[in-house]
Amino acid sequence: MKFRILIAAGGALLGIEATKAEAPQFNRDVRPILSDKCFYCHGFDPNHRKADFRLDTPEGAQCLTDSKKAGIKPGSAVDSEAWRRILSDDPEEVMPPPESHKTLSAAEKEVLRQWIDAGAPYEKHWSFVPPQRPAVPPSGEANPIDAFLAARLKREGLERSPEAGKETLLRRVTLDLTGLPPSVEEMDAFIADRAAGAYERVVDRLLDSPRYGEKMASQWLDLARYGDTNGYLHDILRTGWPWRDWVIRAFNEDMPFDRFVIEQIAGDLLPNATPEQVLATAFCRNHLITAEGGTIAEEYLNEYAADRVQTVGTAFMGLTMNCCRCHDHKFDPLKQDDFYSLKAYFNSTTEKHVENNSSAAYAPFIEIASPLVPQGPKAQVMVMQEAAAAVPAFVLTRGQYDQPDKSRPVTRRPPEVLGAPLPDAPANRLGLAQWLVSERNPLLARVTVNRLWQQFFSTGIVKSADDFGLQGEYPVHPELLDWLAIEFREGSGDAKPWSTRHLVRQIVTSASYRQSSRLRPEVTAKDPDNRLLAFFPRRRLAAEEVRDQALFAAGLMSGELGGAPVFPYQPPGLWEERSNGGSNTKVYVQSKGQALYRRSLYTFWKRTSPPPFMTIFDAPERTSCSVRRQATNTPLQALAAFNDEQILECSRQLAATILSDPRPSPERLALLYRRVTGRSGAAQDLKTLEEGLNLLVERFRSTPADAAELLKQGAAPVDPALNPSELAAWMLVASTVFNLDQTLVRD
Amino acid sequence: MNHSSDHPLFHVNRRQLLKGIGAGGLSLLGSTALSQLLAAETNPAAAFPNFAAKAKRVIYLFQEGAPSQLDTFDYKPGLKDFFDKDLPESVRGQQRLTGMTSGQTRLPVAPSIFKFEQHANRQDGLWVSELMQHTGQMAGEICMVKSMTTEQINHGPGITFMQTGNQIPGRPSMGAWMSYGLGSENQNLPTFVVMISQGRGQMQALFSHLWGAGFLPGEHQGVQFRAAADPVLFLNDPKGMLRSDRRKMLDMLGEMNRREAERSADPQVLARIAQYEMAYRMQASVPELTDLRGERESTLALYGPDVKKPGTYAYNCLMARRMAERGVRFIQLYHRGWDHHGSVVKDLPLQCQDVDQAQAGLLQDLRQRGLLDDTLVVWGGEFGRTVYCQGNLTPTQYGRDHHPRCFSMWLAGGGIQKGISYGATDDFSYNVIADPTTVHDLHATMLHCMGIDHTRLTFKSQGLDQKLTGVEPAKVIKEILA
Repeated sequence: MKFRILIAAGGALLGIEATKAEAPQFNRDVRPILSDKCFYCHGFDPNHRKADFRLDTPEGAQCLTDSKKAGIKPGSAVDSEAWRRILSDDPEEVMPPPESHKTLSAAEKEVLRQWIDAGAPYEKHWSFVPPQRPAVPPSGEANPIDAFLAARLKREGLERSPEAGKETLLRRVTLDLTGLPPSVEEMDAFIADRAAGAYERVVDRLLDSPRYGEKMASQWLDLARYGDTNGYLHDILRTGWPWRDWVIRAFNEDMPFDRFVIEQIAGDLLPNATPEQVLATAFCRNHLITAEGGTIAEEYLNEYAADRVQTVGTAFMGLTMNCCRCHDHKFDPLKQDDFYSLKAYFNSTTEKHVENNSSAAYAPFIEIASPLVPQGPKAQVMVMQEAAAAVPAFVLTRGQYDQPDKSRPVTRRPPEVLGAPLPDAPANRLGLAQWLVSERNPLLARVTVNRLWQQFFSTGIVKSADDFGLQGEYPVHPELLDWLAIEFREGSGDAKPWSTRHLVRQIVTSASYRQSSRLRPEVTAKDPDNRLLAFFPRRRLAAEEVRDQALFAAGLMSGELGGAPVFPYQPPGLWEERSNGGSNTKVYVQSKGQALYRRSLYTFWKRTSPPPFMTIFDAPERTSCSVRRQATNTPLQALAAFNDEQILECSRQLAATILSDPRPSPERLALLYRRVTGRSGAAQDLKTLEEGLNLLVERFRSTPADAAELLKQGAAPVDPALNPSELAAWMLVASTVFNLDQTLVRD
Repeated sequence: MNHSSDHPLFHVNRRQLLKGIGAGGLSLLGSTALSQLLAAETNPAAAFPNFAAKAKRVIYLFQEGAPSQLDTFDYKPGLKDFFDKDLPESVRGQQRLTGMTSGQTRLPVAPSIFKFEQHANRQDGLWVSELMQHTGQMAGEICMVKSMTTEQINHGPGITFMQTGNQIPGRPSMGAWMSYGLGSENQNLPTFVVMISQGRGQMQALFSHLWGAGFLPGEHQGVQFRAAADPVLFLNDPKGMLRSDRRKMLDMLGEMNRREAERSADPQVLARIAQYEMAYRMQASVPELTDLRGERESTLALYGPDVKKPGTYAYNCLMARRMAERGVRFIQLYHRGWDHHGSVVKDLPLQCQDVDQAQAGLLQDLRQRGLLDDTLVVWGGEFGRTVYCQGNLTPTQYGRDHHPRCFSMWLAGGGIQKGISYGATDDFSYNVIADPTTVHDLHATMLHCMGIDHTRLTFKSQGLDQKLTGVEPAKVIKEILA
């Protein structure tokens, strides 16, 4: 009998026909249904439980209900009250009840029936079970990633796509590892290198480039909710950028990820902590901070500690801890006690609430130079420092800061469902950090490799990268996820444990990563979301990449690494119209010189008014931990990519560079197209550009005043020897190329 | 980073694409891609409205900084006898105070210095301060809710709570929810538009997350129309470029992108073509929207003398009407400067002068065009102000601190009863004594007017079916529905 696997994924159902008969598996098939449709009233939370009946434990499910029948009778759906109620057409009886606005599909009901008939076996939630290194499926594949993926594809009767062309491949891996496109010279060299291992040599070159750390850091900044202002009312300037540079360096040096986590959570508590280890703890203070007059100290200090819990929960455990701030989690076995027990690690610092204070950093802070520019200026960076005595912690009734429940004191410990603290570790942030990276935490390695997977394949193996709890998605490739997690945590062969670089290399050298991205109708019919990866997923470039790519192709990009944030072009008035009178970031003063052309991760991030080009292209506002960006497609993006002064300036500079090349026009067009897209243009496309160019040249020759006006973009000087009409026409062609789908998309 | 067909974003694109194909004269690449495009249609907008909507759009006149209800709409004549007497402990109860007045040794009562007049409505009349006399004259259209309460006492969280249903920044704004649920009625303008005007008093920061999409797909975020030459960021082509140049570029782009669509077989490429064409249409529709030459002088006069100055509340009210006519779903105004801690007497009259005639004019203008019947207009701030004085109290000088326990808001138009008051506060305008109305109740009621059951407008995020009205129970205020 055929059986349809249903995976609840963000409300969408992915239906994939399994080819062999198998009973439903609880974690994969049953729990998502119960969790989505039943647990709200019949789950962990006793306050919300209806009819005193719970389905989240076998004991609860098998209890006799009011009707004197077992809720679930293992082995017999027809004798189960729950099943009778599911089938009922009486609106008073049917489950889920009509007012819940939830319904079970026929396929979901069938899964439940088969599961009950098979004995209704329960399993512990998959992500709470420690990962084991699974056997790699036997195959001729050199890379285990390919072996896992190919085995699954084979079961579905599908095959991987052929390898992408060299141009596509080089642009793909260069953008993914550095956030920048390859240069024409790099492209030529790769195409010319026909020796074995050419691709692997490129990967090594890119991993050794300082640009790699910048790319990895720019994603970490979203997760770490990094900003250059405090947010809230006054949105005061802060100077946390040496921490940003610490992150870049950590990635470039391939700091072991366990150390990376420990230092950011508790670097200050390490024995003989270095200033840079203290600096790392700025991670814990990247949250918003208010200095609004009249604010209540306790309320906000509570808020900051809660933010740390939420961030640590999402980033290192994939758990939505915030849900249990006010009540026990409705879906996950996380209790309100768990939230406040974690919070107890973060509430005993020497920080003070301040009012009407516009310092660049509130104590505790250190004064330190950027680790990337040790000779450069020092800045004050807010860091963690433990108070002399731990502040007693209690559960807060309904999460209210002023309603501690004195009858419910909490001690510092990880969430109960994940086990006890390490026996020999200190009962402080350092102990928590050591527990997080220990084998006792089943989640850190999984959550981290999943985010890395998402970076390269656009969607995680668990699509809900921020939620590995019961409402999160069941992994589409569970064995692969665990294999990657163990490979990451333990290393293998020459690879050291916790080496991000090793894991990244493992991914990008796989055949699955190197395959063509052309969509295949026979695949999308079976696997509409391409979760099985029978072809490579195209993605729109991230905001930073769109801008940086233009700077790079125009030859304008500054390669300077690290340092204080910069202020590139921005439409006038944006800060002024939103800022509070007491703010010291209400006037935007544009940078001069090279600072206009720095990579986008160095752009000043004002939280109440982030750089518009970045947010239009889906950068989050960095007010809270964010581990997944959307890739929307809106008309505002078209307007920005057409008319932002920076992109117009890049268009003109690229045009000027091309015009200075002695080749004839058709070849110059091919060069322009290639510099931007990384491709040798198709004849038809180059013809379209040439025809357009000819019309535009004619148009600007007859109206040189318009040409002169058009060329006034940005601060970069223009070669006066160039003919303005010709340059204007070329500039619009370059702008067109910057807006092509193949430019905005990494394929 | 998701190009797969389940991305909710994609669905609106798909609809826009089909329209865009008509308008832009694009040829389809092939039936396979198109059918793929259509097959994935699961737009939530298909599920709404849940019942007949009384209102098709919202104009939300947000008064940022918290207007004093005591000096505008919550008439307490008995307070005259309490001038400079201490607020009775029995009234204050265990109320928490902000840090600005918690240190004061006394909390002396400051009656309003302003005269109130009674304006006819469908009940026994509405008392309105002389500062809001134009608005008072619209009493027959307005439903005054005097029993609003909030949980927040500071501006940042208070405004965020009012706009997103949660005090922590980062949730979707109400307009984003409506865009997500109901979609667009105009393919040439954004679904959710935001306009800001500066007031006279102390200004609070406005965060772009107030009109953000939160966890909803980013296309639902509000688009700020600015009081600048570029009302929409990056709308204007650079100087020296003609409309025909832009068309030429779009034609080149379209040709090359269609070839790319064939090469990649990815329907997202078609969606991108459609979005570029929409951007081109917006470059025409937005200037048309802001071109006031067709407005009659008699219409402009309704809004008062500032109506032609971009960036004023009056101008934004007029723009709100023009957007309502053109089918913008959610029109959000922010008027800043209501935070009168220091001198209510000096600052409030000027602040009211900036809004009073303009908002009354907007109601009249909407009514005479028949738009008020299906446009929901909402007016109010993030909380109220205290009856007791902040700072020095004299017969001609007082200030008021933040007050979350009660404040007044008014609603008018589609779905709302005309000419009534709802709820009541005690003699000190300190506590609600009848029909307390929470922020979530207000949101539930607004959604109801738009035909949406607030318990069904959900989006799964962080493992929960998130909604605008949060987890605590919220109710639609049936008593004020038409």
